Amino acid sequence: MAIQSNLKNMTVVLTGVCLVCSALLGGAYVLTKGPIEKAAQAKTEKSLSAVLPGFDTVEEMNNVSVDGTDYHCYKALQGGSVVGYAIESGTIGFGGPLTLMVGVTPDGVVYNTSVLSHSETPGLGAKCTSDAKFMAQWKGFDPSAKILSVKKDGGDVDAITASTITSRAYSRAVQAAVNVFRTLNDEGGQDNE
Amino acid sequence: MKEDKTMSNKLKLITDGLVRNNPTFVLILGMCPTLATTTSAINGLSMGLATLFVLVLSNMAISAVAPVIPDKVHIPAYIVIIATFVTLVQLLMQAYTPAMYETLGLFIPLIVVNCIILGRAEAFANKHGVLESACDGLGVGLGFTCSLTVLGAVREILGSGSIFGWNFIGGHDGMLAFVMAPGAFICLGYLMVLFNKYLKKN
Repeated sequence: MAIQSNLKNMTVVLTGVCLVCSALLGGAYVLTKGPIEKAAQAKTEKSLSAVLPGFDTVEEMNNVSVDGTDYHCYKALQGGSVVGYAIESGTIGFGGPLTLMVGVTPDGVVYNTSVLSHSETPGLGAKCTSDAKFMAQWKGFDPSAKILSVKKDGGDVDAITASTITSRAYSRAVQAAVNVFRTLNDEGGQDNE
Repeated sequence: MKEDKTMSNKLKLITDGLVRNNPTFVLILGMCPTLATTTSAINGLSMGLATLFVLVLSNMAISAVAPVIPDKVHIPAYIVIIATFVTLVQLLMQAYTPAMYETLGLFIPLIVVNCIILGRAEAFANKHGVLESACDGLGVGLGFTCSLTVLGAVREILGSGSIFGWNFIGGHDGMLAFVMAPGAFICLGYLMVLFNKYLKKN
């Protein structure tokens, strides 16, 4: 049925198969490169517009390093003036990494937050993406007047019922983003004046 | 090993894959994606369709090239062909269904090592013609898709109180265990029992 193997035909066939497959994949890569980039960009823009007030241009900032961790940040401008910063902030939740996009307006108040990715328990920690009361409290949260930790730990954050660990992680991520904003704001001030 | 080329024979290949050779409930192959991705009906359906696509194309390609592949290198050659189609699916999903890719992303590359695909290549495609292999791939792929959709639907109904994303218990949580790993095993076990009971009766 199958042909007798010898060194020559094995080499030829495997090389041939690999060449054809690579050519096919190369073509597919070129064709899908544009749409994949567009999809990634659309996702970033969607999360940015969810956490920041209206803006017309976004400047991506090179990795900002605070306390030894690199953060991915965006500066949003409306008619040339800064309306806010969006900071991608990650921490470890109950089930694994929890990544947030946190929008902070120039006065240091959190505008809104949104979850980029998480692996929390469905129905418990995963409610950080659906629990209206938990999500609403981040809108206009002023970290200079309130303490960014859950009420159980003496802070001002209402935890999700039965998901204190997720709520703690969420608060930690927001706190990290606020720290990044403070660093950015100090640097910005020094540069301008 | 020429098969008779009647229409009924091809139809039988397809129905065999759906029922008698059902990969999930009878052959019990490809359990990793089955258990991991069926948290909802739509996830199960998408995983099934991605596998179906790869299975049909790899079966066709392998049956076409099998006669010229030396025996000693047939496994590496098949794996390269299968991996090519899987990567193709991955790129397409990333480009055109990014939301779906985020849920299933981790499991798409694992289709390469899904026993169903290499199993069908070894057991069927390398001994049969292109058209029969396509029918076999379609049958087994549909069997896998249906099983995953049913399993996903059962887990979604019990676990989240919804079906295909449509919530029918309004705001309440379902029995959460069913969307997590233990629920996957329990549901799969019971569905297997029901399916095989039905098969024995007929």
